[in-house]
Amino acid sequence: MAEETRPTASPTAEGGAERAERRGPRPYGQGGPGASRDAGAGRKFFRRKKVCKFCTEKIDSFNYKDVRLLAQFVAESGKIVPRRLTGVCTPHQRRLSAAIKQARNIALLPFAGRAS
Amino acid sequence: MNRTYELMFIVRPDMAEEDQDKLLSTLEAAVSSSGGQVKNVDRSMGKRRLAYTVRKFNDGIYVLLTVEGSGGMVRELERRLRVTEPVIKFLTVRIDEDQKRIDKIKAIRDAKRKASVASAPAATPEPAGETPAVTA
Repeated sequence: MAEETRPTASPTAEGGAERAERRGPRPYGQGGPGASRDAGAGRKFFRRKKVCKFCTEKIDSFNYKDVRLLAQFVAESGKIVPRRLTGVCTPHQRRLSAAIKQARNIALLPFAGRAS
Repeated sequence: MNRTYELMFIVRPDMAEEDQDKLLSTLEAAVSSSGGQVKNVDRSMGKRRLAYTVRKFNDGIYVLLTVEGSGGMVRELERRLRVTEPVIKFLTVRIDEDQKRIDKIKAIRDAKRKASVASAPAATPEPAGETPAVTA
């Protein structure tokens, strides 16, 4: 009976709550990728495991001069994109962020693009 | 006395070529007088659009100078750049530590590749470059 009623579009309180729970953030934070529970990250659990672009392509080094490479990790507003969106690993993200800040200082990247 | 620095500076876009050369020779003289060595002068970036307005300029000529020397030498170079009127921005980065790390990674990777080549007698085409017997 429960299975029969589920596929019908009747918004039973049970079915709605289930679906909301699955979709929205969990009240007690599950560890790992669900940890950041704010908008955009709490959807499904793993969100197609993103890999670090630098680790997979074995890019040894990069510096502030590689504007085209750095610009991929900068939003339109000029902000540095957080690593949970780009999938970069921590050591690379740290180096990337330092390089972006150097590039900003030497006017290769803007501090702020259009208003965010 | 073997620190390697990369000094990038932006010159105003309406600066003449000869003035740029004069500036570069002044800097090179400063480097050698404080016991350093100019490794490379790179002007390939040339005139570029700046990401934001610097001293009312929207374009600038980028120059990259790689030098080897002490920290005191860099301080002197920066002082000169600060005083020079056409230079609107500069950035000094120390690159020898980074270079060491890169070389180490490359060495490890080459060692790994050589080990795998030694075990399999077929030579990998990449490092061999041009092998005379290879036909397209």
